[in-house]
Amino acid sequence: MKILVPVKRAIDSNVKARVKSDQTGVDLANVKMSMNPFCEIAVEEAVRIKEKGLAEEIVAVSIGPIQAQETIRTSLAMGADRGILIQTDADPEPLEVAKLLKAVALAESPDLILMGKQAIDGDNNAVGQMLSALLGWPQATFASKIELTATSVTVAREVDGGLQTLELALPAVVTADLRLNEPRYASLPNIMKAKKKTIDIKTPDDFGGLGAPHLTVLKVTEPPKRVGGVKLESAGDLVNKLKTEAGVL
Amino acid sequence: MAVLVVADHDNASLKDNTHKTVTAALALSPDVDVLIAGSGVAAVAAAAAKITGVRKVLTAESEGLGKQIAEDLTACVIPLMAGYDAVMSPATSVGKNFMPRIAALLDVAPISEIIEVVDADTFVRPIYAGNALETVKSSDAKKVITVRATAFKAAEEGGSASVETVASGADAAGTKFVSDEIVKSDRPELAGAKIVVSGGRAMGSAEEFHRVIEPLADRLGAAVGASRAAVDAGYAPNDYQVGQTGKVVAPQLYVAIGISGAIQHLAGMKDSKVIVAINKDADAPIFQVADYGLVGDYKTIVPELMDALSAALK
Repeated sequence: MKILVPVKRAIDSNVKARVKSDQTGVDLANVKMSMNPFCEIAVEEAVRIKEKGLAEEIVAVSIGPIQAQETIRTSLAMGADRGILIQTDADPEPLEVAKLLKAVALAESPDLILMGKQAIDGDNNAVGQMLSALLGWPQATFASKIELTATSVTVAREVDGGLQTLELALPAVVTADLRLNEPRYASLPNIMKAKKKTIDIKTPDDFGGLGAPHLTVLKVTEPPKRVGGVKLESAGDLVNKLKTEAGVL
Repeated sequence: MAVLVVADHDNASLKDNTHKTVTAALALSPDVDVLIAGSGVAAVAAAAAKITGVRKVLTAESEGLGKQIAEDLTACVIPLMAGYDAVMSPATSVGKNFMPRIAALLDVAPISEIIEVVDADTFVRPIYAGNALETVKSSDAKKVITVRATAFKAAEEGGSASVETVASGADAAGTKFVSDEIVKSDRPELAGAKIVVSGGRAMGSAEEFHRVIEPLADRLGAAVGASRAAVDAGYAPNDYQVGQTGKVVAPQLYVAIGISGAIQHLAGMKDSKVIVAINKDADAPIFQVADYGLVGDYKTIVPELMDALSAALK
């Protein structure tokens, strides 16, 4: 069994994104970047599957600038076996990412593609579903529990109102939600070991090339700010205000 | 130009998210049809036919559609797209699950969770957990759009559209439905509730969460929500989570109890009309967005609030 884990380098989840004053985007200069948290959960799950003896190889793939090697290196330190970087300074749209990943999947023939449900920068929540559709492989998104056999994967999915459980024939695409697991911190010996693992550096052209963008970003703005209100003295004051001033009771 | 809206429903009833998505669709085109893909959906279709502005209601039924399986929804919608310039669905767990597939197979860029229609090609959507708003223009001839329903007003009822049946499409080959565990509740649904009472990590236990949050919610006729910290700690089930990675709500009144106000929580509730925060930390970030704040221990404030509400709502 081979697992392919796409990972994305994104703004660190503890950093507050700030909009550039010229409205062209979010300011990422000198901002801490990390592995997208949902990707980290996907790597962790793949490593746990391997530790249970259910998988032999984990391949981490990232599409991004040369610094995305660090993101792959983090995956290797957590327990992935090797990495592929498709190096580009373009910020490809989900459709292009899905097409590149499809080409990687066809070249690597994994049994399972395990990835984050969304990246915390673009918040599209689309690549896994698009990849599944392009490959014609079954999909289970928003996974909170995964059980693997040699030929199938059973996934409990977080849906509005509760959980839905699906059984997918392999190969399949599964996207990770928050509660699938708590990712480990890589140990120092594993960080050292990861330095010896290989990362193949490729270009989009090695996997069919990048198409032209379909979307143009006209501007990026700050959301309207909410102004804080008043602090009240008692619950009685509050009910009074809600009834007479706000009119919501 | 015509728009297809894929409805939000549970086979028994039509959800208000559909009405809100119709409003977004009408901003694109006056020709809006609604697809009810499910199983045993006659009553849902009849309800959709009443939405003002809807031209036609389409129904498609199969077992897989009844379970809202992404592959089945895709197989149903793709052939219909020959007759539409855009497809829209609310950004629910169902909409998010199948809509990107439609985009991939049409070879277009999906536009996720829009909060505003600027014109037929241009949309506003939140990025970076709602810390920025992106205005994007699509060059695709066919648009695939999910809609953050709380950002749109519900379309009124008063129409009488015709209802017709369409093909359900092929069943998913590799995906088998195993089970659903849907929590049954007498309270209003979180996503569409007029009042939401949410509890945070300060509750300290699931028992305390039930004891404090639920009676207050019931007194107000409110839905119950929770912060991610409370859900992660196991005090509340995952479908209670309000936030960028959980549900986005915009009720008339949002009451946050023992919630500090992390960015990711604020992203899920800051569009509420009135926000009340109860927290013992006077510097908690939640007070920066709250219209009314009470600084103190919820253990004393919530019982006082219950009493004050009893007196006021008599």
